[in-house]
Amino acid sequence: MFENLSHLALQHYWWVLVSILAALFVFLTFVQGGQTLLYSVGKTEGEKTIILNTLGRKWEFTFTTLVTFGGAFFASFPLFYSTSFGGAYWVWLAILAAFVIQAVAYEYRKKPANFLGAKTFEIFLVLNGLLGTILIGTAVGTFFNGAMFSLNDMNQVDWQTPYRGLEAVLTFHNVALGLAVFFLARVLGALYFIFTVEHETIVARSKKQLLYNTIPFLVFFLYFLIWLLLKEGFAVNPESGEVFMEKYKYLHNVLQMPLNSVILLVGIAGVLWGIISTLFMNSGKGFWFAGTGTVFTVFALFLLAGFNNTAFYPSVYDLQSSLTIQNASSSKFTLTAMSYVSLMIPFVLAYIVYFWRVMNRKKITEEEMQEESHVY
Amino acid sequence: MIEIADVSLVDWSRAQFALTAMYHWIFVPLTLGITIIIAFMETLYVKTGKEEWKKITKFWMTLFGINFAIGVATGIILEFEFGTNWSNYSWFVGDIFGAPLAIEGILAFFMESTFIAIMFFGWNKVSKKTHLLATWLTAIGANLSALWILVANGWMQKPVGMTFNPETARNEMNNFWEVLFSQTAVDKWLHATSSGFVLAAVFVIGISAWYLLKKREVLLAKKSILVAAVFGLISSVYLIMTGDNSTRTIANDQPMKFAALEGLYNGSEGAGLVAVGLFSTSETDPNNENLKDFSMKLEIPNFLSYMAFLDWNAFVPGIHDLIDGNEKYGYMPASEKIERGRVAIQKLGEFKEAKKAGNTQLANTLKTELTSESFQNNYFKYFGYGYFENPQDLVPNVPLTFYSFHTMVGLGFFFVLLFVLSIIYIVKGTFDKKRWFMRLAVISIPLAYVASQSGWIVAELGRQPWVVQDLMPTMAAVTRISAGSVQTTFWLFAVLFTVLLIAELKIMFRQIKIGPKH
Ligand code: HEM
Repeated sequence: MFENLSHLALQHYWWVLVSILAALFVFLTFVQGGQTLLYSVGKTEGEKTIILNTLGRKWEFTFTTLVTFGGAFFASFPLFYSTSFGGAYWVWLAILAAFVIQAVAYEYRKKPANFLGAKTFEIFLVLNGLLGTILIGTAVGTFFNGAMFSLNDMNQVDWQTPYRGLEAVLTFHNVALGLAVFFLARVLGALYFIFTVEHETIVARSKKQLLYNTIPFLVFFLYFLIWLLLKEGFAVNPESGEVFMEKYKYLHNVLQMPLNSVILLVGIAGVLWGIISTLFMNSGKGFWFAGTGTVFTVFALFLLAGFNNTAFYPSVYDLQSSLTIQNASSSKFTLTAMSYVSLMIPFVLAYIVYFWRVMNRKKITEEEMQEESHVY
Repeated sequence: MIEIADVSLVDWSRAQFALTAMYHWIFVPLTLGITIIIAFMETLYVKTGKEEWKKITKFWMTLFGINFAIGVATGIILEFEFGTNWSNYSWFVGDIFGAPLAIEGILAFFMESTFIAIMFFGWNKVSKKTHLLATWLTAIGANLSALWILVANGWMQKPVGMTFNPETARNEMNNFWEVLFSQTAVDKWLHATSSGFVLAAVFVIGISAWYLLKKREVLLAKKSILVAAVFGLISSVYLIMTGDNSTRTIANDQPMKFAALEGLYNGSEGAGLVAVGLFSTSETDPNNENLKDFSMKLEIPNFLSYMAFLDWNAFVPGIHDLIDGNEKYGYMPASEKIERGRVAIQKLGEFKEAKKAGNTQLANTLKTELTSESFQNNYFKYFGYGYFENPQDLVPNVPLTFYSFHTMVGLGFFFVLLFVLSIIYIVKGTFDKKRWFMRLAVISIPLAYVASQSGWIVAELGRQPWVVQDLMPTMAAVTRISAGSVQTTFWLFAVLFTVLLIAELKIMFRQIKIGPKH
């Protein structure tokens, strides 16, 4: 079945899959956002325990999605994997370090004789939430603003600044996306507490945080989006593969891919509805609206970056080194084989969703923290 | 063309990979095995309904959780490190190598992370049977993730199922099943997972023996020993069988590694196996410091030939045969391979030049030649050799490979004995009377880790200087970055991982001291 698809169709299919993974990842950063709310929502030890346990049962999904995102990108667009990870070395290593410290923090925080003390592990979690979201958001910003690299004959990367990717923070548009992701993660984290925790004070404080974080989220996100639609973009000539600058490229993409634009709008509306219904209508389901909205929004942004003859990882140093879904992809054979593997994804998603619901059937309470044998 | 990075960059990049991989491998084998042991214990709980089995299960689960967290922490670096530090490699072989990593994520990691949450937090949320299923699926997920990464590693040791595409300057997959079911990959998976089973069994027996020494948790300890020893015995026999298979595969596919791990310099028919050997510290080959003479050795005649080729009189090539060539037995001298590799590299360069100059006709002719079967088999096959000046650089560190291999094998047989005695003593009821044996069981725990790390040293140091056997030398695989940057991240991870390891050990020891919750 996949054999009959053209190489180009497979490249598009895999860009869709990678975009879905990215979208799910951003949604799942509610864990990271929640971690950064640890001290503002949890004042007592008991409250902190509840917060970290409700997040702690999910952190591995976020982590695994990130790892799978890396693997899937490697398999489908290996030139991105080698160029971006090898090139923007410091950015990626900083991101990785932020996730290393997360992985031990939940399990070790409360254990006796933990060497560093509970406080250190809590700080690890806050750092992970802060750096993980801002850096990844900023790094994704370079999909629209370009990076400083060139590729030689053998497709080997040479990075053109000694900061190896950290220079992305000098472009405010990148940082705006990073901050938008950060505040969105906090919004989602607050919504998740409201959705899963049965504890008056925690819920009340979460609502307050929801409001406080919605405002900067909207400011940064709208700035990012509006500027995106107004800026020049990196277009590709589909015949020659030549990359050139096009005025209003992303606006053109929005207009030329109406279905994707609908997804984008529905996504944004979903996030807003999730927030509004929680703040003003006391709905407990805001998390799902905002979460689904996040998935839609991020997905649509990724398609804006890679579809419609756009270079998804442009080089501002050497335009012709820019990566497109065509020149960066795996061979037709590999994409075909991997497409068969991708048929397993719905199945994987299904069991995750099923068991997620089983585990979240009851809200988390203070009593449960006392009875439960495995507490973070 | 592909440039060779400077020595210190290559060394630091290797050091960083070794550091992160070895740290990661401290925690993985226990996960592979103990999840299965726990699943057995929980099965006994569900079958018998006895609360004591539940308590035992939960105790080992706690220790597992502590180990697992740091395993995950050290693992994420590896997933991305191929890109960050080996980006030239990642492009050259990404079309093949990326696939198993992606499959690992999609099929194995999600399985592991979904069911582990149920295993830890689901006791009061799902039925007994569902919980048991989740525990088994966690164990299966863990071992499946090992499959995919070992497929990836196996492919580097023996690249199969692909062709080189001069247009993109990379290898491209043309047979998925050949990659997946390559003998090397299968051998490695079976051997590495069963080594994890053995390590976990030693771990459980050792800690239980410590309780018995302290006359604590006697019931838990004895029951745990029985389960672990039976599981360990079966696994260790299997481990030796799979190791033996690996040895034969290497003898065929990586003769240099094989010669190194046996310390065989001059090949012969009916070659003897050096069972125990000690290298002299001073006497070295004037041309190559990796070749140190034995100052003492105990040799079993003809055994090596049998081990390698199942024929007591077969010819086994030594390091000199592989470097200088051996016409009689059909081994090409390394200098000839280097020449051929250079031809391949040069042809590729000419092709790239022709493309750049827009000379389509010449480019097409060269492409046809490059992809022709005879060129592939006679020249491209030796592509990686073209990077070398001196044939002596093709020899790995012999003493280290030799010692690691012999340590691993020796301990493999020792563990069989440990499990046999454990079973005998526990069945006879004398385990807790034999203090020497209980002590031996405790100190076997670090030995299992030594064996396990030695295994990877054999596999990875033994194949140097290759990152992809015969096609890409390690020095051509690194990311072009300043050595200083890699040095910085090396120390960063060294400190971070060491601090986390200390935390892990302290927590682990404390939990063992605390014992099961009553
Ligand atoms: C007693 C007989 C044993 C034999 C004949 C044996 C043989 C081998 C061989 C030939 C390799 C290298 C594979 C390669 O380079 O591709 C290897 C690797 C390895 N061994 Fe062993 N081994 C034995 C026991 C053990 C024990 C007791 C452990 C640990 C508890 C162990 C753990 C490993 C590991 C982790 C690797 C690296 C992964 C792999 O290449 O499969 N081995 N072994």
